[in-house]
Amino acid sequence: MSDATGASGPTEPTGTDEGGGADGRRVRVVLVDDHRMFRTGVQAEIGRTDVTGVEVVGEAADVDQAVTVITTTRPEVVLLDVHLPGGGGVEVLRRCAPLMSDAENPVRFLALSVSDAAEDVIGVIRGGARGYVTKTITGTDLVDSIFRVQEGDAVFSPRLAGFVLDAFASTDAPPVDEDLDRLTQREREVLRLIARGYAYKEIAKQLFISVKTVESHVSAVLRKLQLSNRHELTRWATARRLV
Amino acid sequence: MPEAAAPPIDDVRPLRKLYRSGDGRWLGGVARGLAGHLGLPVIWVRLIFVGLFTADGLGGLLYAAFWFFVPLGVGGVDAQRPPAAVTAETAPDGRRRLVARKPDKGQLVALLAMVVVAMVFVGNVDLDGSTKAYVVPTLLVAAGVALVWRQADNARRARWMAVGRRRRTLTIARSAAGVLLVGAGVSGIFVLQGSAAHLGAVLQASLAVLVGVALLAGPYLVRMMQDLSEERLMRIRAQERAEVAAHVHDSVLHTLTLIQRNAESASEVRRLARAQERDLRAWLYKPEGTGKDEDEEPDTLAEAVRRSAAEVEDKHGVPIEVVVVGDCPLDERLTAQMQAAREAMVNAAKYGGEGGAVQVFAEVEGETVFVSVRDRGPGFDLDSVPDDRMGVRESIIGRMQRNGGTARLRAVPGGGTEVELEMERTATT
Repeated sequence: MSDATGASGPTEPTGTDEGGGADGRRVRVVLVDDHRMFRTGVQAEIGRTDVTGVEVVGEAADVDQAVTVITTTRPEVVLLDVHLPGGGGVEVLRRCAPLMSDAENPVRFLALSVSDAAEDVIGVIRGGARGYVTKTITGTDLVDSIFRVQEGDAVFSPRLAGFVLDAFASTDAPPVDEDLDRLTQREREVLRLIARGYAYKEIAKQLFISVKTVESHVSAVLRKLQLSNRHELTRWATARRLV
Repeated sequence: MPEAAAPPIDDVRPLRKLYRSGDGRWLGGVARGLAGHLGLPVIWVRLIFVGLFTADGLGGLLYAAFWFFVPLGVGGVDAQRPPAAVTAETAPDGRRRLVARKPDKGQLVALLAMVVVAMVFVGNVDLDGSTKAYVVPTLLVAAGVALVWRQADNARRARWMAVGRRRRTLTIARSAAGVLLVGAGVSGIFVLQGSAAHLGAVLQASLAVLVGVALLAGPYLVRMMQDLSEERLMRIRAQERAEVAAHVHDSVLHTLTLIQRNAESASEVRRLARAQERDLRAWLYKPEGTGKDEDEEPDTLAEAVRRSAAEVEDKHGVPIEVVVVGDCPLDERLTAQMQAAREAMVNAAKYGGEGGAVQVFAEVEGETVFVSVRDRGPGFDLDSVPDDRMGVRESIIGRMQRNGGTARLRAVPGGGTEVELEMERTATT
């Protein structure tokens, strides 16, 4: 996230570990952002297809355009800005819902926003985005996140993990359907480590589990966040005067 | 007398402008306002008015004159009243504003008293028969005018307090009643003057004139109102823009200038940019009223953590990412923990900063508060630190133990150091 790692980025092999790209993996990406400068910047950062493995197949500046471009190009990952003219990223997610659930060739969304306010983050995650990163992210990390999302995993920033922990914090009141709403002890542990700034790999080492297990825990959290019942989320939102 | 005394006072002390009192008034708030202005008890002023009223109605005339010319405001009698009932605050533009008000209980009493006084007055004044007949219509007109004028005051007050909507029907009813009263009074006078036979024709004629005037002036008035509201909207927008521009000018442009001057020093540029980003973010996304009073001491854990992180970040130019889960008020132990955490942040920024952002995580879980500060620097071994270096040993570990908490330092698998601080909250809450 820092500029320091950003500066050291080009010297490292791009997309190490889970990142991919150099090993021949390819991912087709659509950029949705209303600022042309930003799209150009992201394009320059991740668009060198032969190095990063990311191919930008389309761009859009508002909700209508985004839906059209996504439907026609059928990318694997959409980098979605949260604040967009015409209803915001949540509206794009709503209208592209059928594409997300497509079993053959699902479109996955990674929210990319300058805002890390809780309402924005939770809004798009509940809308179906598979991850949320802020615009201060470095190119390397972004490429890494894109591949992770493409594989169906969730990308959590420490901050997002903090929000989720916060949302599920009140364990004393028993929710109606427990297995759906409660985070398991392990998931909570994983989230806590993410919030403390650990990478998935480091979490795996720390907890003596495999990276795949960490990823599946995170995916489970994401699923629970999307499905968690009104009870808890309403209370959470009310406590923060979001509704 | 009050009328003669008021203007000089205004001249001598321009700051104390005479206002009619908006709250606790009985009729127009003149007596209250005057009392506040002159520093007299309200009841005296009222008695003086009543007394003057008996002197050929001079009091009534004076009252009407004050009502007409003196703007409605908050009278200076607030100090004498219990502040719980009505509070007044001064708006940024210097206008005084009403926050809450007492229901106008006195109004009914005042009206009854007025009627009684008027009756006595009418009974006492000796007029010949033909003049006497005019008294009732005149009183009717006066009552109608009073009603409508008070209405105007209320509308003005409603604008300040933004409660106008739900009283709309009442407003209309009152205006209608006032108009009816005035109409009846005027008609009465007319009937007395001429003969009742002509009344119908004259009413028709005046109605025609009224309709004509409405037709001519109506569209113009509507257009004017629309223009007015549009203009107001534009002004609000312009103000908003000016405020944004002022903020951007003060902070962003200033920072950009500094960045230009320090362009060769990457760490300085980064520090400035991050400080600016945090500032703007706080300004843009935080709800109104928070983060404005920067100098106040934080009183919750989340605030304290963020504040410390921001300060260390500014000072050392190393980005610090803060995640806080839950929140609780600060107590003595937590304050000690915050100091330890701050020390840990400073260490992380100093020795581990080149590895990237320092990550701070704070969590309140039940009675336990956990803080983790981690960097991705080279890491260090506590045992290899000389005994005379007290930073970690005293400021972090020692401080935590003295206050009943624990501190752990450990190497992180991926490189770097993590400081974990755990503290039980004081069990008073």
